[in-house]
Amino acid sequence: MAKVLVVTSGKGGVGKTTSTAALGAALAQTGKTVVVVDFDVGLRNLDIVMGAERRVVFDMINVIQGEAKLAQALIRDKRIETLSILPASQTRDKDALTSEGVAKIIAELREKFDWVICDSPAGIERGATLAMHHADVAVIVTNPEVSSVRDSDRIIGLLDSKTEMASRGERIEKHLLLTRYDAVRAARGDMLKTEDVLEILSIPLLGIIPESSEVLRASNIGTPVVLSNPDAAPARAYVDAARRLMGEQVPMVIPGEKKSFMTKLFGRRVA
Amino acid sequence: MSFFNFFSRKPTAPVARDRLQILLAHERASFGSNADLIAVLQEEILAVIARHVTVDRDKVQVKLDRGDSFSTLEIGVEIPPAAIEKQAALNRAALRAS
Repeated sequence: MAKVLVVTSGKGGVGKTTSTAALGAALAQTGKTVVVVDFDVGLRNLDIVMGAERRVVFDMINVIQGEAKLAQALIRDKRIETLSILPASQTRDKDALTSEGVAKIIAELREKFDWVICDSPAGIERGATLAMHHADVAVIVTNPEVSSVRDSDRIIGLLDSKTEMASRGERIEKHLLLTRYDAVRAARGDMLKTEDVLEILSIPLLGIIPESSEVLRASNIGTPVVLSNPDAAPARAYVDAARRLMGEQVPMVIPGEKKSFMTKLFGRRVA
Repeated sequence: MSFFNFFSRKPTAPVARDRLQILLAHERASFGSNADLIAVLQEEILAVIARHVTVDRDKVQVKLDRGDSFSTLEIGVEIPPAAIEKQAALNRAALRAS
């Protein structure tokens, strides 16, 4: 049974695309077939984060308008053979993304893959509502910061009212992915704690991704962080989150950076 | 920042949490997923009450709190004391007449 998952947040820049790439790669590494779908028409970025920007020939809008077959638009990842990307259009108008077209594509992807991961654009406009519309599961990416938590609350409201599952009277499964978390600052009382965010949003926790320079390093080279440095704290956190998505019970720990002797001595970073 | 300031700085996260809780309680009521439901409930409850006593539109408050395992619906109707007395007098008059 295929599962359609939407990665959403409302606010931009909290790590939706990074998380889509990392969760997609982590799920695909277990041997499941995974497709990551970019819904951000006009501002596509999943392709560059995944390192596939030079391999885009056709996109989702081409498929919707009948100019290409779905199989022609799908890009197979070069590192994990069970992972594919469906890019968004960079040039076309957002209105080209029709609800019928999206419904047809999602139905086709359900046939081909175990996991269909939809990377939502920021905001609450059409692109975002279409990305969540067919989802069975939602991952809400949130930073421990007031504007992000507020926008996540708004998105949770939309997930409970504007999705296909909501219109059937069912409740969409929702998970919180807390990103850019800094345990030291939270302990010091200068950052919302995990418990604070959970209490406010009242949805179950999927994972805590610690703030780390590895995330930027991974996007610089176009490789999901779970592949670029599997031992890094954020990579391990994403792998754990992916295992929880598959129903495994994984104890929740905030992975810390493994510091070498030299970084302990000299690795003072600017906070 | 001076050395002294660093140690006397107050934690800010509790302020963030409190501000969010207050703001979101308000926003959920006005445009949350249940905004339509609340509007419908408010209208219908108002209609039922208006059949018996005169009430102010703003005096009927409907609030829905989203929770983990259950949500609570809170309905508050403020009725002016005169309205109740008037209605009771009407009822007594009706009883005597019958």
